[in-house]
Amino acid sequence: METTPLIPQGVKRCSKLQFSLWMAVAVAVLLWGVYAMYLVWFKGLNQTNMNDAYGFALWIWADLAVIALGGGAFFTGFLTYIIGKDKLKNIINYAVIIGFICYSSALLILAIDIGQPLRGWFIFWHANEHSMLTEVAFCLSCYFGVLTIEFLPTIFENPKLDKIPFLHHLSHNMHSIMAVFAATGVFLSFFHQGSLGGVAGVLFGRPFSYREGINVWPWTFFLFTWSAAACGPCFTILITWITEKLTRKKLVKDDVIQLLAKISGWMLATYIIAKIADTLYWAMVTAPSMGFNLMDFYTNNPVYGIWILILEIVICGIVPAAILITRKGRESKFLLMLAVVLAVVGVCVNRWVMVLQTLAVPVVPFEEWFMYAPSWQEVATTILPVAYGVIVISLAHRYLPVFPQERELNPSN
Amino acid sequence: MKEEQGDKHTKRYGMVIDLDKCTGCGACMVACYAENNVPFKKNETDKLDSLNWIRIFQLTNGRSYPDTEICYLPMPCQHCDGIGKHGHPPCVSVCPAIATDYDYSTGVVSQIPTRCFGCRYCMAACPYHARKFNWWDPVWPADTEKYLNPNVSARMRGVVEKCTFCFHRYQQARDKAYLEGRDEIYESEYQPACAQACPTNAITFGDLNNPDHAVYKLKNSPRAFRLLERLHTNPKVYYLSSKSWVRRAGDNYLENESRPESNRQKIHHK
Repeated sequence: METTPLIPQGVKRCSKLQFSLWMAVAVAVLLWGVYAMYLVWFKGLNQTNMNDAYGFALWIWADLAVIALGGGAFFTGFLTYIIGKDKLKNIINYAVIIGFICYSSALLILAIDIGQPLRGWFIFWHANEHSMLTEVAFCLSCYFGVLTIEFLPTIFENPKLDKIPFLHHLSHNMHSIMAVFAATGVFLSFFHQGSLGGVAGVLFGRPFSYREGINVWPWTFFLFTWSAAACGPCFTILITWITEKLTRKKLVKDDVIQLLAKISGWMLATYIIAKIADTLYWAMVTAPSMGFNLMDFYTNNPVYGIWILILEIVICGIVPAAILITRKGRESKFLLMLAVVLAVVGVCVNRWVMVLQTLAVPVVPFEEWFMYAPSWQEVATTILPVAYGVIVISLAHRYLPVFPQERELNPSN
Repeated sequence: MKEEQGDKHTKRYGMVIDLDKCTGCGACMVACYAENNVPFKKNETDKLDSLNWIRIFQLTNGRSYPDTEICYLPMPCQHCDGIGKHGHPPCVSVCPAIATDYDYSTGVVSQIPTRCFGCRYCMAACPYHARKFNWWDPVWPADTEKYLNPNVSARMRGVVEKCTFCFHRYQQARDKAYLEGRDEIYESEYQPACAQACPTNAITFGDLNNPDHAVYKLKNSPRAFRLLERLHTNPKVYYLSSKSWVRRAGDNYLENESRPESNRQKIHHK
């Protein structure tokens, strides 16, 4: 093991060789994704398996999923700076970095996903204020700016950068006004998380996803924000656990994790009650008024059985909520990790069905179910952000003081 | 806008397709391809990425011989008026860049390919799959470029396109009326290519608000129905069929739920 001036003092990091090999694997996967991205940008969306029935597919799911999982940043920021849960300052840096990765990935995927990437700016320049996607684009871009601002002080705390007086003072001053950025982030996140729910919820031509609501906001608007606030912190806990396993050391104290898990559990419990109420109203009132029975959405196709609804609501909703709101559940490492994995899977399944199943269900009575499997280019460009995330986290962990409790928890360094 | 055109009332152009007359010959599709410079693939087997602005479905009553009945149903963009007062079709309000719009003077749902950046949200919103994406750049076989319609812009890869009710023909008819000092255009002056090409006159086109136009009466026929009326998309394409199973096939119904003929009349007029 070695230390260099670039690595924060008092912490242990792996050798350069080990780090380089690890990074080489991640970069190789990244380059595979970059090659697929090149093909899509230069040859067009014919490189995908999307079609006129499946205008939205794997990428839009990936966008919705990473934004929900990145919700840990805004909600942990809200708890830390607005509610005043000081204990969470020990994990907020990491939540922000994970959020930064998620949101930058979402922007990249969106740039790949549009048919005319060079016209991407039209969404700002020719904005239609009635479109949920417009609100998503504005809030998502602004919030990415906020996340960058929240990430910067941690970057400036790198030992080498910290020696530059300007950056040292800038970092200090940014920390002191971080509550302002956190509040801005919460405001922006509420709207773009909600608007992503609105993207599917307003589709009154699609009985599977259409929901009534308040004024112009369908119920999915509120459910998406709620679920992101509930499951985003679970993703932060999961990534923290994976990082601890890979680096073979404890980085965050258990009481910090358990506080976040407890709040996340209550958010998940209340969310799942609201989700069940929404599902019942949709199944018993909204869908029948359009001529559909609940089971019309879950039969006569090779993939979408009723199991997916049970998986989303019961196995990945009620079960993790029940674990996380009980002290015994949180204190058992196995149950805690099981719960956060289930919650993460649950929110991803929710985003999947709201995008993919919405388009799979036949609406015109004489059409059949539409099935879809992604092309390798779609898969590679979806894995690309994972490799990118691994690289950013690896660099951040190695060179930045991400975890304030690391030295205390690993005194032998 | 209305004053510029000198219109006496707002038009609401629509189509009535008599399924009892349709033979499924496909002449409407061919005419549409030619009129609107719609590109085509070498192999058109997979219809899910074909740029056909009007498609023909074959419906059957699901019974075995000798009770089998077949019906052909041409489906262009339905030019929905949408929920409530017209102007809110499923696809228009979702477009983030206003690349598709509802023309209040004609009721035509337009598409502006040069504004579209290919997000495909409108495609996800349309329950009829009327919207088509240019997955490839158009490739015209040798010399066929010379036969492209100069009145319709060819589209490029990466944008959405759809039936416009041959809106360029409306513009031409309006120009002609202006030059001749008329406020109104004649019914025969503005007809889309599909309606003109239909050999059995199954497609009738005109102003649904104008009692002098044929579609005005046809839409009130007891044989008339529209697709997916229960979604309140409020389409301006009407179908006629004397067969009750065909009319029922136009919408979704719960098991043992009868088609509310009397209620339909309430829904389908403006």
